[in-house]
Amino acid sequence: MTQTEKIYDVIIIGGGVSGAATARELSRYKVNACVLEKEEDVCCGTSKANSGIVHSGVDAAHGSLMAKLNVLGSEMMEDLSKELDFAYRRNGSLIVCRGEEDLPVLQKLYENSMKNGVKELRILTQEEVRALEPNIADEVIAAVYAPTGGIVCPFELNIALAENANVNGVVFKFNTEVTDIRKEDDGYELYTNKGVYRTRYVVNAAGVYADKFHNMVSAKKIHITPRRGEYCLLDQAAGEHVNCTIFGCPGKFGKGILVTPTVHGNLLIGPTASDLEDKEAVSTTAEGLGEVIAKSGLNVKNLPYRQVITSFAGLRAHEDGHEFIIGEVEDAKGFIDCAGIESPGLTSAPAIGKMVADILKDKMGLEEKEDFIATRKGVLHPKDLTKEERKQLIKEHPAYGTIICRCEMISEGEIMDAIRRPIGAKSLDGVKRRTRAGMGRCQAGFCSPRTMEILARELGKEMSEITKSGEKSKIIVGTNKDSL
Amino acid sequence: MDKRELVCIRCPLGCMLSVQMEGDKVVSVSGNTCPRGKEYAENEVTNPMRMVTSTVKVSGGDRGTVSCKTKTDVPKEKIFDVVRGLKEVVAEAPVKIGDVLVEDIAGTGVKVVATANVLIK
Amino acid sequence: MKSYDIVIVGGGPAGLAAAVSAKENGIDSILVLERDKELGGILNQCIHNGFGLHTFKEELTGPEYAGRFIEKTEALGIECMLHTMVMDISKDKVVTAMNSEEGLFEIQAKAIILAMGCRERPRGALNIPGYRPAGIFTAGTAQRLVNMEGYLPGREVVILGSGDIGLIMARRMTLEGAKVKVVAELMPYSGGLKRNIVQCLDDYGIPLKLSHTVVDIDGKDRLKGVTLAQVDDRGKPVGGTEEYIPCDTLLLSVGLIPENELSRGLDLEMECMTNGPVVNESLETSMEGVFACGNVLHVHDLVDFVSKEAAMAGKSAVRYIKGETINAKEHRIDLIPEEGVRYTVPKYIRPENMDDVLTVRFRVGAVVKNCFISTYFDDKCVMKRKRPIVAPGEMEEVKILKSKLAEYPDTKKITIKIEKE
Repeated sequence: MTQTEKIYDVIIIGGGVSGAATARELSRYKVNACVLEKEEDVCCGTSKANSGIVHSGVDAAHGSLMAKLNVLGSEMMEDLSKELDFAYRRNGSLIVCRGEEDLPVLQKLYENSMKNGVKELRILTQEEVRALEPNIADEVIAAVYAPTGGIVCPFELNIALAENANVNGVVFKFNTEVTDIRKEDDGYELYTNKGVYRTRYVVNAAGVYADKFHNMVSAKKIHITPRRGEYCLLDQAAGEHVNCTIFGCPGKFGKGILVTPTVHGNLLIGPTASDLEDKEAVSTTAEGLGEVIAKSGLNVKNLPYRQVITSFAGLRAHEDGHEFIIGEVEDAKGFIDCAGIESPGLTSAPAIGKMVADILKDKMGLEEKEDFIATRKGVLHPKDLTKEERKQLIKEHPAYGTIICRCEMISEGEIMDAIRRPIGAKSLDGVKRRTRAGMGRCQAGFCSPRTMEILARELGKEMSEITKSGEKSKIIVGTNKDSL
Repeated sequence: MDKRELVCIRCPLGCMLSVQMEGDKVVSVSGNTCPRGKEYAENEVTNPMRMVTSTVKVSGGDRGTVSCKTKTDVPKEKIFDVVRGLKEVVAEAPVKIGDVLVEDIAGTGVKVVATANVLIK
Repeated sequence: MKSYDIVIVGGGPAGLAAAVSAKENGIDSILVLERDKELGGILNQCIHNGFGLHTFKEELTGPEYAGRFIEKTEALGIECMLHTMVMDISKDKVVTAMNSEEGLFEIQAKAIILAMGCRERPRGALNIPGYRPAGIFTAGTAQRLVNMEGYLPGREVVILGSGDIGLIMARRMTLEGAKVKVVAELMPYSGGLKRNIVQCLDDYGIPLKLSHTVVDIDGKDRLKGVTLAQVDDRGKPVGGTEEYIPCDTLLLSVGLIPENELSRGLDLEMECMTNGPVVNESLETSMEGVFACGNVLHVHDLVDFVSKEAAMAGKSAVRYIKGETINAKEHRIDLIPEEGVRYTVPKYIRPENMDDVLTVRFRVGAVVKNCFISTYFDDKCVMKRKRPIVAPGEMEEVKILKSKLAEYPDTKKITIKIEKE
């Protein structure tokens, strides 16, 4: 293919949270930028399947870029959640200690986090922990309490950043997979399944594939291991089992399996950690789920496992040096890595976006836009309105009066909003991540046919074209008797 | 003498039936709790019959499909002929429960009737 | 605020039968609230035959059965609101509901009948490992797509769970042109009715593998196959028995759960075996004037029993409104399920409010052949009914006579158990 009319100043590979955060920060400036995403939507890789934790910065090694961006990202998150209207809550984190032998580890952790600049940190006695968390395991004797630890909806964060970037002019190309990168005199040529893109600068925010793209342009190779984490999600009825995010003390049992409420009131337990070769292996395993169940009970008692509504697995992009690699690649001018973004990557995303955008601004001498729109409104959830406001809303927009998802009480109006907004939902999963329709206890049993109808109507498609997530995931394969 | 074991499907009780046969002839039925069970056993070993329920397309309706059934049982071996016979049937809305959709399905002499209502769009 | 004597939440078979019964027992002010676009509930997608043998003495399909009750409801002039979701019920019986025409509105009720039905257990409840591709449906979702919308969700099908909907869907998918490769059941017995095994599996040569489950799901975008394995007597997969079955569709029929969000919001006392509210002989919950019937109370096997139970709830609600209920809290006889009986509905009896004959419904925990269903008033066995077989898939009942209970006026508890000869 020789069509090279697709020319941008900056191309960001990957529409995950790092790519979207970069795009959003970059959209403050007068620059022609584009995000290439191989999936049909943003937030389809590492960013969609993680703990949803905003880490306080307790355990990132002092002096590392990880520690710096973690603390910075955590500090930025609250303001950002207000600007971009996504769910975020400071519920506090507890790193608990199950035995005398772990006490020195706890002390070390405390000192490390003080150095990292984590605020309001305290060591709690057994009594204090129990007062805070009645369901804490009896064996827990002390804990580091980080009140600045929080929880965020990973989908909403990612989507909000992308939408806002898009509104401010960043182009998003979906189902567009970069297959090769060639260095040219004044930039790069990116070969994709949808033709060739030319750009002066590349941001490599490709998650578990970041090593692949880095290694295409650089002689100094990096290596990223997909590290799988499996989780179980429990019903909202179990959401108040703990208040804080409960981590184990790094040591005897590993930091491993955490127990946390989610911003939407479910309870999440996980993740495991197993290093794989396959960068698409987001399958759960019997062993992994077994481990989640077994180990989650170490620090929290009476977990209601019967309330599990779904399980899932995500891949963390673990770089061999366990450090974020952010910056221009030494032997590839104009190629900016944003690689090795594993936990606390979600927390750090706002800071990562700013750091990458700053690099580009300096290199390119970018000017700020006068008309940058800094705020974005999320999908309107009538649940959050007063009765009077809700009545008024339904009067103006009757679709808000029809409930589609019974478990999460999501209306047709919300689903239509999710489809119609910038970078709107195109599939059941897209709707789910934007509205929570189908995320409840029946896991879309009742609402999926209804949601499919709305998708078909809004997108002008046939029911048979509606997918779960991406064009290869059709839900309906034919009509009755078509093969008879 | 031949013995055949069946589960009666005439009602949800699911009685375990035992049929004594001599050649093609039924000698006795046991295990049934009602006369319908005996009748079922006799038919099932000689001439098994089934009601077929399926769907046909609807044009001009508030939905595109309507459920239907054979008005009475049809021979078991005709089940697939019946559904194949419904493949090209398109009912015109409105459809009411009991409307005859096919007069004689697959040469069985049995009608196919609608089992649901469809309004005009 | 509008007010009604009786507000019924749900316009499925239970809600409609309750409404008809309440009207026939002399209350006119009734409102049925239905969230779907039509009355009839889940029956509308159950297009197979086998309904109504008890109620109408003829064999109907689901929509036909529903149709009979819808006609009756209309003929009696009972008010129904469609497309209307009940959002909340307060302890003073104010029902908050919503639809697109009237928005969010409140209704004051004197009595409330809960008839919200049940939902299917999803994959997550079983924690089946593997990928999460398209092509995994609960049997009921597939049933809706095929039977009401005419869409085929897949061509090569594996069904996990031999509950009735799973069995019925095995036949339905087959008749619409799909190939159903196997039905796997975790338990050593089927969870469905025997006749469904005969009519839906045996007729079409579909194998039923008991003591088997799905241990892995393959396919990132659309399902490509599942791995089945045998399980031991504790339900754990046995290594070495794995078998990969290529398929594009997995249907789950692994149990139903009463949909009790509203009941929990009301803080009703719940029964952990049924996941439904605890009720007395009048099918009244722990809150006076709030009744429950149908699958929201406990999962039924036959809709005929739902209709009967719901009629009882309707009648009880009328008695409550007319002030005919005798509230003798001190005189309460507990019903105790024992030895193979998992639960009973109702859970206790106030003899003063009993009809002449009270039907107690229950399910057993395992398949037992040649047994008795025995009823004890305290330690005295008052009834023993022989059953050639009892199975968890089929609801059982005993009838308690008011006259019999009167012979034993000091009875403290009634025990129901399964006894061998």
